[in-house]
Amino acid sequence: MRSPLTPEMATQEVQLNETLAHLKTESETLKTKLEEERAKLHDVELHQVAEKVEGLGQFVMKTRRTLKGHGNKVLCMDWCKDKRRIVSSSQEHAVTMPCTWVMACAYAPSGCAVACGGLDNKCSVYPLSLDKNENLAAKKKSVAMHTNYLSACSFTNSDMQILTSSGDGTCALWDVESGQLLQSFHGHAADVLCLDLAPSETGNTFVSGGCDKKANVWDMRSGQCIQSFETHESDINSVRYYPSGDAFASGSDDATCRLYDLRADREVAIYSKESIIFGVSSVDFSLSGRLLFGGYNDYTINVWDVLKGTRVSILFGHENRVSTLRVSPDGTAFCTGSWDHTLRIWA
Amino acid sequence: MAEGAKEPVGVGTTDPEEDSPNMIVYRKIEDIVTRIQDENAGGVSIRTVKSFLSKIPSVVSGADIVQWLMKNLSVEDPAEAIHLGSLVAAHGYIFPISDHVLMLKDDGTLYRFQSPYFWPSNCWEPENTDYAIYLCKRTMQNKARLELADYEAENLARLQRAFARKWEFIFMQAEAQVKIDRKKDKAERKILDSQERAFWDVHRPVPGCVNTTEMDIRKCRRERNPHRVKKSVYGVPDDGQSQPSPVHISSQPTKKTTKEDVQKEINFLNSQLDRHCMKVSKVADSLMSYTEQFMEYDPFVSATEPSNPWISDDMSFWDLEASRDPSQQRVKKWGFSLEEALKDPAGRDQFLKFLESEFSSENLRFWLAVQDLKRRPLQDVSSRAQEIWQEFLAEGAPSPINLDSHSYERTSQNIKDPGRYSYEDAQEHIFKLMKSDSYARFLRSNIYQDLLLARKKGKSLTGKRLTGLMQSS
Repeated sequence: MRSPLTPEMATQEVQLNETLAHLKTESETLKTKLEEERAKLHDVELHQVAEKVEGLGQFVMKTRRTLKGHGNKVLCMDWCKDKRRIVSSSQEHAVTMPCTWVMACAYAPSGCAVACGGLDNKCSVYPLSLDKNENLAAKKKSVAMHTNYLSACSFTNSDMQILTSSGDGTCALWDVESGQLLQSFHGHAADVLCLDLAPSETGNTFVSGGCDKKANVWDMRSGQCIQSFETHESDINSVRYYPSGDAFASGSDDATCRLYDLRADREVAIYSKESIIFGVSSVDFSLSGRLLFGGYNDYTINVWDVLKGTRVSILFGHENRVSTLRVSPDGTAFCTGSWDHTLRIWA
Repeated sequence: MAEGAKEPVGVGTTDPEEDSPNMIVYRKIEDIVTRIQDENAGGVSIRTVKSFLSKIPSVVSGADIVQWLMKNLSVEDPAEAIHLGSLVAAHGYIFPISDHVLMLKDDGTLYRFQSPYFWPSNCWEPENTDYAIYLCKRTMQNKARLELADYEAENLARLQRAFARKWEFIFMQAEAQVKIDRKKDKAERKILDSQERAFWDVHRPVPGCVNTTEMDIRKCRRERNPHRVKKSVYGVPDDGQSQPSPVHISSQPTKKTTKEDVQKEINFLNSQLDRHCMKVSKVADSLMSYTEQFMEYDPFVSATEPSNPWISDDMSFWDLEASRDPSQQRVKKWGFSLEEALKDPAGRDQFLKFLESEFSSENLRFWLAVQDLKRRPLQDVSSRAQEIWQEFLAEGAPSPINLDSHSYERTSQNIKDPGRYSYEDAQEHIFKLMKSDSYARFLRSNIYQDLLLARKKGKSLTGKRLTGLMQSS
């Protein structure tokens, strides 16, 4: 039998609620103050400064290779550092992933292994073998364990560590050999859909994007979120660092790509058009950072001039959503994967 | 049926985000089709077209739609407008009156607008029983335009086999639908029939056509009520045999904001307020100069020498990159920053070679050792960290590095519990040291200059290198 709420308990509960309310007000006040402070630094637009930059010429980008033979949608792919091989979810030309519902895959820096995972909530590492008949599934090593689907994975600069993001709202860093969790990253309020490691040789940071419309920058050593950006109007499906590491781009279901600069701590460009209404699934930069490639749910690829904010090209070819897009390590091409069961290499 | 006001349907919700993950796109398309149909506000003219024996009500030509899209959505290229229009059609918002394939053509092909009742934003998930009723109904009517296409006939045959036991029920439902339809006005029926057909073209597309109702599986589970009773197109009650939706159920309950959460947020905001940030004008200049510096290396922006292997099928470009013999262009990059020099294995080698010639390689070797430490498996970290201490920092170390006392103190503390990041401070300090001292000397050294200007002894200058020489002198 429940005892009735005593006057003391009632007061305590009211006090707790008041404290929470007070804290929330304090938080809101700080947010406003932060916005005001940042706004003071917003003295000009990137595209205005970029007016003096020479315009880019006409682009002739075409599909140079089409990789068929899939039985299913291509959800993810990654390039090998040798610049020529790729791994994708169940593609015979590259590496066949011996698991179903793969949403994330990554090539190890050595080129000797691949990591993948998805609806199994895990990230597993498979050693690669030149012997096509070898049963890769048998040699699989389970590394990461999340409590929901694996959305993205990436080796850090070695074969020994993997960074993962998950539908459980967290990211995590794992030791491949032992499977031990080295660091976890909490802060997203919903599924984390993507991540990208900072390109610096000595850097220890990465950025993640989620269904909470936030892009967070994390310190791998402490597990702390060091910067956060929330300007998108829907899920962030893809994040990618600008080659210098000072900025990153994001692609969202709100049909825009955006550029965030870490030093200015704000969004510095939006890449959008009235006629582009479908979400962006995947983004990547060309080697110099001048071009931003976006794969869209309307089956196209839009190529943006990062500095001027204009679209320089639209590429048709895929017959269903473009789900993944990566520029090759030497910048000579980019690869797209689609729900139309094919991969295309463009140059 | 009016193309006007939306009717309240099914699990209506004021927050579109909570429903289908495709909702955000549906709302944008709906805005477009509403505008296209608004004849008073620059929309297309929807008219009745006189055909051979009859009139075709409520249609518009594909060309008109393409024109409208180009004008009102600022689309310069008709191909783009056609592509967008085809997607609007594929999602079931407009449809050709004489074809099952939902795409837009930039010609006189006639199109009609879908009734809001059938809009995808109403979260239709029609069952096969409904589809069976529909196909069955079609066979009962003697109209040429309602004749089943081959794939539909095949579908019907399949469904007859699958629903053999309840076919009588389906047949009766179909008859009932035919009765209802007969009561409607002739012109109205033409429109309704076509809209109904277009609805099924979305949910049971022609083989080979994209099924636009497919959803990103990562986002499916955010449907507010995935187990809701699905609304039937023909009012057939759900007999519990309906297939479950492909929904990946969330295992986590919705989190409530706690005091701790808000306190964490406050701490974060305070730390952000303390951060020193740069003005946009300054970062813009920085982004521009970085990009400009690297544009000559960007194969998408500048022609590559030799040609891009993906375009020309000539692998020379890759062979050259892999060779121990770096090109002048590549050597030039090492001069951009110490970071760029160390990123390139050849750059690292040359820098090390230079330092060894000066008997001052310990800094770089330390830096490389710490990089390696961070890449080791966990179980090797401790011992490797100790080795580094012994080699570079311990008293009487064979390769002593020059650390300021502060960094030395911190590092010796870190080493008591060795980890991957024990040497972070030291590494950062040494990097700054190299950058300001030995790196600058490296760039002035013969080792570097010889490579930059291709002054290798005994090697003849190729045409390209000669050009490089002339440009850089």
